[in-house]
Amino acid sequence: MHLRHLQLTDFRSWEHADLELGQGPIVLIGRNGKGKTNVLEAVGYLATLGSHRVSSDTPLVRHERERALIRAAVVNGDRELVVELEISPGKSNRARINRGAVGRPRDVLGIVHTVLFAPEDLSLVKGDPAERRRFLDDLLVQRSPRYAGIRSEYDRVLRQRNALLKSTGKRGARAAADDPYALSTLAVWDSQLAELGAQLLAARLDLVADLAPHTAAAYDGIAGSPGGEPDKSAGITYRSSLGSALPADYGTPEGQRADVDILIKALGDAVVESRESELERGVSLIGPHRDDLEITLGGSPAKGYASHGESWSLALALRLASYELLRDEAGEPILLLDDVFAELDRHRRARLAEVASRAEQVFVTAAVDEDVPGELTGVRYTVDEGRLVRE
Amino acid sequence: MYEGVVQDLIDELGRLPGVGPKSAQRIAFHLLSSDPADITRLAEVLGKVAEGVQFCETCGNVAEQEQCRICRDERREPNVICVVEESKDVLAVERTREFKGRYHVLGGALDPLSGVGPDQLRMRELLARISSDEVTEVIIATDPNTEGEATATYLVRVLRDFPGLTVTRLASGLPMGGDLEFADELTLGRALSGRRAL
Ligand SMILES: Nc1ncnc2c1ncn2[C@@H]1O[C@H](COP(=O)(O)OP(=O)(O)O)[C@@H](O)[C@H]1O
Ligand SMILES: [Mg+2]
Ligand SMILES: [Zn+2]
Repeated sequence: MHLRHLQLTDFRSWEHADLELGQGPIVLIGRNGKGKTNVLEAVGYLATLGSHRVSSDTPLVRHERERALIRAAVVNGDRELVVELEISPGKSNRARINRGAVGRPRDVLGIVHTVLFAPEDLSLVKGDPAERRRFLDDLLVQRSPRYAGIRSEYDRVLRQRNALLKSTGKRGARAAADDPYALSTLAVWDSQLAELGAQLLAARLDLVADLAPHTAAAYDGIAGSPGGEPDKSAGITYRSSLGSALPADYGTPEGQRADVDILIKALGDAVVESRESELERGVSLIGPHRDDLEITLGGSPAKGYASHGESWSLALALRLASYELLRDEAGEPILLLDDVFAELDRHRRARLAEVASRAEQVFVTAAVDEDVPGELTGVRYTVDEGRLVRE
Repeated sequence: MYEGVVQDLIDELGRLPGVGPKSAQRIAFHLLSSDPADITRLAEVLGKVAEGVQFCETCGNVAEQEQCRICRDERREPNVICVVEESKDVLAVERTREFKGRYHVLGGALDPLSGVGPDQLRMRELLARISSDEVTEVIIATDPNTEGEATATYLVRVLRDFPGLTVTRLASGLPMGGDLEFADELTLGRALSGRRAL
């Protein structure tokens, strides 16, 4: 898929931006802080209804304005759709497809797919589990939009359940764990957590199973010395708060697909088991919100062991794997490469350029032309003082 | 900022749910240009509300007397109870004309974040009704959102111990994350007739 036209109004630094686009590379050149990433962020928002940089919508709206508008003409095969998103923090966002109002912004998910690679991605390897959970969930939602609803429901249930654990546990965890009345109310939230959590967990496990081979292959391509064998291989493993209660072959390419009913039961049992410690701490300790994606290199965990260069290769491998996965399943995603070539050594740079040059559409940002590989010549915009000039 | 009472009016209106600063201003100026008799009538109604509104002793719906009109109506089937969160949901279900039974208004949904548990809802009254009356079916019509689902789950758990009682939940088809009140009549009517046993 590709965008034929992109229009921003009061999005971040852009009072107004208008880009006529086509297939192939779109290169945005400009000094730091001129608004290049802001453009990529808007494209990514169409695909995930979120920013890769901030968790709330407020910073996305230009200072002193009430709402931001992103409008894109999206070409997928021989079909063109115009998608419009209106972001108004504090109120509900709105969406239109071909100028007709659709109910919720969620309904536009699935129209645009993107894979974004940015310097911040190093934290996929080096950062907290939350970064990796977000990576999985963002990909999951692109793969299957209904998980956007399940995720936000799950978050809501968690907040409610934590509030109840906190207020119930105040009287002492032991006393509460023996109080049938307190337990009957908690049981309601246990079952909501188990049901929604199991759906999210199953989908993540299947995603990891499908992503693992792509990740290994992508890493080989990046790290392998040209002509030679790569010394270490990359792997990803889903680490669940269920521990050994999770069927061992779930989430592996050779194993079975995750069964939601089995996971509902496992989560329900585990929650009962940790009742007292949950009440003591006043938080939910079991569920996909406590899980992690372990990234390994040559069998050992990358976090803490992998070198800086290896970590970069792993982060890039995860993104390229996402790209391959979405391309197989959902139609070719738009590739967004934000300021990354300057960070990569020659070999990794060449490998990424090779993939990018074959993409249906790729946005590339850089401070200077020298940072953009020769293969990626296409539409070129210079970005300066709130203006985009096409050359 | 406007001077004096006009700004006070705008501020008060702006505190109402769903009324932003712009709407508050529009309503205020509409009132300023209205017939004084209309304003007096509004003030009188508000005054009565402040004195206290009656709720039906049986079902918890807003009422003019001890019992609401539906509970007093002999033609309504006494053995089917539709459980809703708020009085406004009674109106929503009534609009469908699909339902001939009676109601029970819980006064909200389970919502630990706001400190609402079963004790803060009219749960005990519901159980008392079911134990004493000839109730054979309970239809759970809480909102199709997180709190409404949790409330439904709770109800199912406490009601399944009543022998011979059928418990049903509105069929899905209601948009998830929604509000019963805003479901259109057709959708709500279908959800009601397609309800499933639990
Ligand atoms: N909500 C906003 N309103 C106005 N300006 C913003 C907003 N958010 C970010 N900016 C500005 O955008 C600029 C950063 O844009 P960015 O796209 O990250 O730059 P770069 O070209 O380096 O990628 C900064 O100057 C910042 O002040
Ligand atoms: Mg940038
Ligand atoms: Zn009544």
